[in-house]
Amino acid sequence: MVVFIIRRTLMMIPVLLGATILCFALVDLSNDPVQDRVFEIEQSTGEPVPQSTIDALEASWYYDRSVPERYWIWLTGLGDTNDDIGLLQGKWGPSIEGSAMDIGTEISSRFWITLRLVLFATIASIGIAILAGVVSAVKQYSRTDYTLTFLGFLFLAMPIFWLGSLFKEGAVQLNKILGSTVFQTYGSGTTGFQGNGWAVFVDSLPYLIVPTLVLMLGGYAAISRYQRASMLEVMNSDYVRLARAKGVRNGTVMRRHALRTALIPVATFAPLALSGAMGGAMVTESIFGWRGLGVYSLDAINAGDTFAVMAYVLISGVVVLIGVLISDILYGVLDPRIRYE
Amino acid sequence: MSNTAAPRLDAEAITSKERGQWELVFRRFFRHRAAVVSLVIFVVVVLFAYVGPFLWKWDYKIHSEIPSWAAPSLAHPFGTDKAGRDMLGAMMQATKQSLNVALVVAIGSTVIGALYGAVAGFYRGWVDSVLMRFLDIMFVIPFLVITGALAGAIDTSVRWYHMAIILAVFGWTSIARAVRAEVLSLREKEFIEAARSAGGSDWHIITKHLIPNTMSVIIVSATLQIAFAILSETTLSFLGLGIQSPDTSLGLLIDAAGASAFNEHWYLFYIPGVMIILIALTINFIGDGMRDAMDPRQTMVRR
Amino acid sequence: MANISVSTSDKGRATGTKGDTVLAVKDLAVGFPTDDGLVNAVRGVSYELRRGQSLGIVGESGSGKSVTSMAIMGLLPKTAQITGSAKLEGEELLGLGDAELSRIRGKKISMIFQDPLTSLNPVYTVGYQLAEAIRTHYSDISKSEARARCIDLLDSVGIPNPQQRVDAYPHELSGGMRQRVVIAIAMANNPDVIIADEPTTALDVTVQAQVLEALEKAREEVNAALILITHDLGVIAGHTDEVLVMYAGRPVEHGSVDEIFYQPRMPYTLGLIGSLPRMDESRDQRLTPIHGTPPSMLNLAPGCPFRARCPMHQDICAEVEPDLLPINGSGHVAACHFSDQLEGKAPDDVFAPVATDLSVEAEVEAMDAEGAAAADEEDK
Ligand SMILES: Nc1ncnc2c1ncn2[C@@H]1O[C@H](COP(=O)(O)OP(=O)(O)OP(=O)(O)O)[C@@H](O)[C@H]1O
Ligand code: SF4
Ligand SMILES: [Mg+2]
Repeated sequence: MVVFIIRRTLMMIPVLLGATILCFALVDLSNDPVQDRVFEIEQSTGEPVPQSTIDALEASWYYDRSVPERYWIWLTGLGDTNDDIGLLQGKWGPSIEGSAMDIGTEISSRFWITLRLVLFATIASIGIAILAGVVSAVKQYSRTDYTLTFLGFLFLAMPIFWLGSLFKEGAVQLNKILGSTVFQTYGSGTTGFQGNGWAVFVDSLPYLIVPTLVLMLGGYAAISRYQRASMLEVMNSDYVRLARAKGVRNGTVMRRHALRTALIPVATFAPLALSGAMGGAMVTESIFGWRGLGVYSLDAINAGDTFAVMAYVLISGVVVLIGVLISDILYGVLDPRIRYE
Repeated sequence: MSNTAAPRLDAEAITSKERGQWELVFRRFFRHRAAVVSLVIFVVVVLFAYVGPFLWKWDYKIHSEIPSWAAPSLAHPFGTDKAGRDMLGAMMQATKQSLNVALVVAIGSTVIGALYGAVAGFYRGWVDSVLMRFLDIMFVIPFLVITGALAGAIDTSVRWYHMAIILAVFGWTSIARAVRAEVLSLREKEFIEAARSAGGSDWHIITKHLIPNTMSVIIVSATLQIAFAILSETTLSFLGLGIQSPDTSLGLLIDAAGASAFNEHWYLFYIPGVMIILIALTINFIGDGMRDAMDPRQTMVRR
Repeated sequence: MANISVSTSDKGRATGTKGDTVLAVKDLAVGFPTDDGLVNAVRGVSYELRRGQSLGIVGESGSGKSVTSMAIMGLLPKTAQITGSAKLEGEELLGLGDAELSRIRGKKISMIFQDPLTSLNPVYTVGYQLAEAIRTHYSDISKSEARARCIDLLDSVGIPNPQQRVDAYPHELSGGMRQRVVIAIAMANNPDVIIADEPTTALDVTVQAQVLEALEKAREEVNAALILITHDLGVIAGHTDEVLVMYAGRPVEHGSVDEIFYQPRMPYTLGLIGSLPRMDESRDQRLTPIHGTPPSMLNLAPGCPFRARCPMHQDICAEVEPDLLPINGSGHVAACHFSDQLEGKAPDDVFAPVATDLSVEAEVEAMDAEGAAAADEEDK
């Protein structure tokens, strides 16, 4: 098991490297922050920017070298640096927003905010999807099935940003009607991450509910369809029939034999749900004014802040890959036919 | 032998005549009620977007004679926005742009994905391994970030075809996986062997034998890709990373409507939202109906 | 071994019985509503089964053998329309709810399904699945007692090293082993009736024999009545005493093994026998396959369902479906308007080209002409 995890983790490194190389090349080639900044300064001062300033900007952002060199230095920090870059040394590189917006500090404060949202939403959406899928399958072709199936299709078709805006305004209205602030619709909490875990959780709950709900609804629809299909397939299987032929009660058969086996393929969807929620978090965070990673990446994209974008790419990649690893482990736990060699 | 050879079947024993495969597919599709209704609605939406502008007097631009923030009325059935834009005209344009993107993405990503998947499944071995690792890489890259970054890098204002190309280039992975899986199972079939021994080139076999035989998977995926594209495009546009004014898109309209879901300008928010849902929903039902019709094993919904 | 007593009509045979009737099926019919209409999968099956006796059911694929058995077990989908009666020791099974059925299934009546490779749940050990069969009905049995009983059961169906195999997952066992586990599950609670639905078709020939042996042993051990469903007449001959031949959802002939094999009175049975290679026949007998396919069970036309393939058919066959009628006093029954003409006929007299009986030959020729005409039409 340990060997399996280590091996899988090692196998992720080239994937992560490939992803960062590809992203770095695309993001870096597609914008030129130095030129943007120079243009900005010229706009505000009305005077041409001296070459020395340009050189200084280039040097501080490592734009005085080629893209491959910049990637290399971003990754390793080896060579002629200002001692602020080199992922392997724990340095994220300079942000073009200046040292006040240090990438490492920003990310570490925002990471938990986003992770909490994404994890809650993913777990809730998988849970609800399993429930809906199973109910749908057990009551196949009933009104419940049709209703659930239609709802699934509906949420599959609903853009998260629209649902988010709707729920946000809905929550505002609800607050008005109730005359108190039950749901917080702006920001992610009052305390940041100070105090003990429980206090932070209680504090952030009113902030968390609506965005989590939005993300969850966005995620559950796809999985519930697969859960239904997988459950139906298992329900028609010979071993479920044999279990009933043994005299096991219907409910027990469904729980012990059908559901247990039908969960296996759904393990495959966990990483997909996770990566979907990471993307969805960008949208919900920006709607609900969270200072999370998703919004950070949006700002970075708009500013052409390559190193900040890369930081997001890396973190989101690691989260997704950990999701893949967990799903692999889960797969092995659920299915005895899979062995970790 | 000859005496008993001919199996004689009474005419009345034959209850269903041999029918052409496609006729069967159509019949099964038209039995899927939700899919048929969806197809009709989708056609209406397409007509609305592409034919509507010729019939309606206002376009999507701002006109001084249009009052600002007029509620829906006969003169402006979908109302007007703050700047003085007729929302019916704007909706037609926005729907058209979003559909343009969706259709091009559906075709483009399907072509890339189908070829990629067919090549991976056909050659297997190291070619397959390399291609699959690349798919893993694509899976790890955050889709909205990379497409948004590329769209944000376009110097001029972003038009629908920019979005279409970017989304197609990054949106083909699911099709590639589906086609590869299908090709892997097809590869063992005799007719592929026959084509090989007849000396067909690999390219010939892939394009003339493998891809046509995975058509049902491809058609279903391409259909569902329309929904995927429309959701991605509107999301990016909403985030300010997609289509930009002066052009318009359903995502932009919703972004502009902002927080008006529950105030007197509700129509600005709901109409484009419902349009997106309508397109994505009908496409999903149509895709489901097609899957039912072409691949009854995977039936999800009946009737 | 005991004889079986089976009856398809009220005048069941009274001889050769041993024990009381355990299972009495009467006029059992099953229909499945589908998109295209009602599929009449089973159209009136009746038989009686006495304790310790063995009945073989043969028939082509799709003739309704499995559906009949699953209707008795209450394992058909809810949409199935089931009529008739199936009484186990006098208790009506059809229409029972899940609670009552669960009490009976696996305890008084158990079933072995067609495919051993898929009959066991891949995520539980065989021991768990075997113990489940016991503990479902005897919840007071401790885990260790159940385990000991499982090992005994595995041993008795001929699984080597049962102490280890009990903890194996299904995928770690061969197909033959898995089927033995399924047999062990079926005999776990000493049921009165075991229904074995083609227990060997998915297995290779050498394993087939072993599995049948295990089944036979199981039956002896628990003194159960056995229903053995199969395509394989050879298996029937070796392991059952009485045979029910099914065609298009109905029994078409019914009698002791000897009667069915040596005095068949229904052309379809005759054809089945003729398509069986016979080692024991001294004369050089040709195989006489039955051509064509069974009719669709959807909107079945009136008349004898076999007429499209029957060399002996007459006009009446298209109008009236023959009843199961007694051949003699012994309980041998057959459903054919012309069963008396079949007395003493060998399969190749009816199905093969070198027929000696002129009337049969005329039939064959007439049929052939029609067949050729039909073929011509198809060509157009
Ligand atoms: N759930 C169902 N819905 C519709 N038709 C069904 C259903 N189950 C069985 N049938 C039909 O009932 C008929 C009888 O099937 P059955 O399984 O009893 O045949 P069988 O004699 O056991 O054949 P085999 O030898 O292949 O096992 C078939 O035509 C089958 O298509
Ligand atoms: S009733 Fe007629 S068609 Fe049917 S088996 Fe007898 S002879 Fe043949
Ligand atoms: Mg069967």
